[in-house]
Amino acid sequence: MTGQEIVFTLLGIVAVGSALLVVTTRQLVHAALWLVVSFGALAGGYLVLTAEFVAWVQVLIYVGAVVVLLLFGIMLTRAPIGETADLDSGNRWVAAGVAVATAAVLITVLVMGFRDAYTPLEPGGGSADQLGASVFRTWVLPFEVLSVLLLAALVGAIVLSRSDIGPEHEREDG
Amino acid sequence: MHLAYPLVVAALLFSIGVYGVLARRNAILVLMSVELMLNAVNLNLVTFDVWWRDRLHGGQVLTLFTIVIAAAEIGLGLAIVLLVYRNRRMIDVDRLRDLAEEPDEPGGPEGAAPAAGDGGAEGERTGERVL
Repeated sequence: MTGQEIVFTLLGIVAVGSALLVVTTRQLVHAALWLVVSFGALAGGYLVLTAEFVAWVQVLIYVGAVVVLLLFGIMLTRAPIGETADLDSGNRWVAAGVAVATAAVLITVLVMGFRDAYTPLEPGGGSADQLGASVFRTWVLPFEVLSVLLLAALVGAIVLSRSDIGPEHEREDG
Repeated sequence: MHLAYPLVVAALLFSIGVYGVLARRNAILVLMSVELMLNAVNLNLVTFDVWWRDRLHGGQVLTLFTIVIAAAEIGLGLAIVLLVYRNRRMIDVDRLRDLAEEPDEPGGPEGAAPAAGDGGAEGERTGERVL
């Protein structure tokens, strides 16, 4: 085991463990905060894999924006702050079975398929310099389409969340 | 670095996300589990980009695109959850059963059709009666 593998294993344990806490904790706000730990550990994993720019984007967008949005959603739906007993539905054992089966199939296939796949990690491959050059040279058309998609999502979120626009009968419901 | 380490971490994260989507009742927790699954896919994309040493960096650029799409998805998803909360006063995905078929319902499809057409208040009343 090289040093990189040890560091990645530790970060992976943190990410998977906090992800487990996200799906098993009984407090809604704690789930959002464990999500921060999981995404942060995953950003560290991207750094080990020499994908620096993706790591910083992960910190900015996931840890910064998505978790704050989720906390806003928890606040606006007036979720109880303390422990709540009914966060899990009745089919949790079936769900656990499906999840274990998914993990078994994926890990078996991936480990058998990439048994002798080694990659040397050389720094500089995922810097903002190289990634920016390839985004704005090769992938510029998907980039522009993505900005249109973001605009559409923004307009859609505004239309959905405003109550004073929309069809007549919905306005009467208030 | 052996490729199995990131691949196993990604597979575990994905299956934890599957468990969360299936087992959680609160709609916001379901959205969080979807984010976990998207992160597992991102880890796979970055891993294979590093492995193939792609000159165009297709894997990492696609990871950035996936992150942006996930942000758009979480914004729209939360807007929909807030709309459901405004109409129903709860966001339990187990109890949002207006579209489910009820074989023992006396009205049958004739009774269900006007409820779907009326929207908001009528649909909520039908949902409570079914429960």
